Amino acid sequence: MKILVCITHVPDTTTRITFTDNNTRFNTSGVQFIIGPYDDYALARGIELKDATPGTTLTALNVGEAETEPTIRKALAAGADDAIRINALPTDAWFVAEQIAAVAKAENYDLILMGRESIDFNGGQVHGMVAELLDIPCVNPVQKLDLTGTTARIDREIEGGHETIELSLPFVAGCQEPIAEWKIPSMRGIMSARTKQLKVVQPTGGEKLTSVKSFEMPPAKSGVKLIPADKPEELVRLLKTEAKVI
Amino acid sequence: MSVLVFIESEEGAIRKSSLEAVSCAFALAQATGTELTAVSAGDADENTLAGLGAYGASKVLKVSDSRLATLSGKPVISILQQAVQQEGSKLVVFAISSLTDAVAPGLAARLKAGLATNVVAVPEISGSTLTAKRSIYTGKAFSFTEVSGDVKVITMKKNAVEASASAGKTASVQALAVNFSDTDFVLKHISTEKATGDVLLPEAEIVVSGGRGLKGPENWGMIEDLAKTLGAATACSKPVSDLNWRPHHEHVGQTGIKVSPNLYIAIGISGAIQHVAGISSSKVIVAINSDPEAPIFKAADYGIVGNAFEIVPKLTAAFKAAK
Ligand SMILES: Cc1cc2nc3c(=O)[nH]c(=O)nc-3n(C[C@H](O)[C@H](O)[C@H](O)COP(=O)(O)OP(=O)(O)OC[C@H]3O[C@@H](n4cnc5c(N)ncnc54)[C@H](O)[C@@H]3O)c2cc1C
Ligand SMILES: Nc1ncnc2c1ncn2[C@@H]1O[C@H](COP(=O)(O)O)[C@@H](O)[C@H]1O
Repeated sequence: MKILVCITHVPDTTTRITFTDNNTRFNTSGVQFIIGPYDDYALARGIELKDATPGTTLTALNVGEAETEPTIRKALAAGADDAIRINALPTDAWFVAEQIAAVAKAENYDLILMGRESIDFNGGQVHGMVAELLDIPCVNPVQKLDLTGTTARIDREIEGGHETIELSLPFVAGCQEPIAEWKIPSMRGIMSARTKQLKVVQPTGGEKLTSVKSFEMPPAKSGVKLIPADKPEELVRLLKTEAKVI
Repeated sequence: MSVLVFIESEEGAIRKSSLEAVSCAFALAQATGTELTAVSAGDADENTLAGLGAYGASKVLKVSDSRLATLSGKPVISILQQAVQQEGSKLVVFAISSLTDAVAPGLAARLKAGLATNVVAVPEISGSTLTAKRSIYTGKAFSFTEVSGDVKVITMKKNAVEASASAGKTASVQALAVNFSDTDFVLKHISTEKATGDVLLPEAEIVVSGGRGLKGPENWGMIEDLAKTLGAATACSKPVSDLNWRPHHEHVGQTGIKVSPNLYIAIGISGAIQHVAGISSSKVIVAINSDPEAPIFKAADYGIVGNAFEIVPKLTAAFKAAK
């Protein structure tokens, strides 16, 4: 079996987001980059499936410029066999999806695992587009994925609960917890990641259907109004008459 | 030409988030001088669908097929693709949901349409470009994104646009016959497990949320009492669902559900940046925490410093008394 895991290179979840150039550019100064948390779940489940199924290979893929390579190496350290970097700045979901679909068409993966969304663009778009471009189903958000032969049984989150479905490989899954526990790379993993193959390929096509014109920060909170612990009725009054939310 | 909006229903009733999407789509139809057509593949009956006229729809296309008892992405993409073709639509509006998360990108790819998701306000349209304000960096910022493409697709975040039943239109309900492809129904539905009778968290106007400060699942009684008093949904922080104190679908934050209710009450939650990311678009946040230095007070509008086990029952009583 061949599994592809698509990972993003995104600011650590604790990052304070700021912009430069008159709010037109994300300020990367001092920012730590990580594998997207949802992609990390996808990777973790991919590694578990690989370990459980002899003869399985797991490839990690990122569409990004050279600065994403340390993040890709982390995926190799965690357990991916090899990696592909498509050398382009990922600014548009359609563009990224076309790149991933082109590789996937050539390589014929049985299973494509992604995160439910990237935590920078929060698009939730790329998996659905890739699936459509390959004419296979997209299942999202996936909380549980078990394989028996070529049949997958999946738990998918829905409003207020979850549903269980079955489908056959190949398909694209957008993953979230609790599909697997994040894998912490071992020392041996980190050492071996240095020698695993990280292939760089050039993008094809190049059409984009969206572009960001500017950014904006949410309005700052005006500060918390504290109510004495023995006066909960005062909070009720404020919510009613001042905030008008009840 | 018309603007299309996709409708979802729950036990026959149209979801509030779908009504918000209709109001948003109606504003866009008016801005572009076209009519609004709604599409339903769910269980809402003709009468209910005709009621969408009040929200601005001139026409509702209803798809009925026994294979649509539970909806999945592929058949719904086919439905909308054919509705777009029939109506000559240039713009399709969705409310974000567990279904449309897969449908909107799939439809966009099939039509090669420009797509903006997580949109927080009615987009601006000028000529052939649409500019959407999107929530990005998990609630920490917004982008103004220009969307091109012959057809454009947007998905609206909850509570972004108010549902308004004052459009004064009458909607005609028509059947839409769809040619499904063989591969549309490859997903086999096995079972659905759903909290019944409760307020659905993503749709809730008020959310009462508990964190690790509540010490254990046995202490959730007071959270449920408060929620019941307010007609609220219950939620929790990530460690609480990781510890299996509460079901996973209640977990709010960066890696969980993003909520945007009118009122979010955080009890015994420290306010880690990853938790706040999922609640920051709430209108009003109330924090109850014994630690005055807890970061949740930075995100909150109102706060009570103290022991939740004493405060919450009193607060519930005060809400009851004020009814
Ligand atoms: C990549 C990543 C993603 C994450 N995603 C999420 C996410 O989506 N959602 C999420 O919630 N977390 C997420 N986390 C975890 C997050 O960092 C915090 O660990 C978590 O939110 C803390 O949960 P908590 O507030 O319930 O617990 P704690 O941080 O332990 O806080 C408990 C609070 O309860 C208070 N308390 C204790 N006793 C009482 C009492 N008697 N009365 C009142 N207050 C009391 C304490 O003062 C404390 O502030 C993520 C972390 C990472 C690294
Ligand atoms: N630049 C990229 N490189 C590789 N995978 C990506 C990239 N962007 C998005 N993805 C994958 O698509 C998923 C959804 O991303 P998004 O549509 O941006 O929310 C992510 O969780 C990744 O698995």
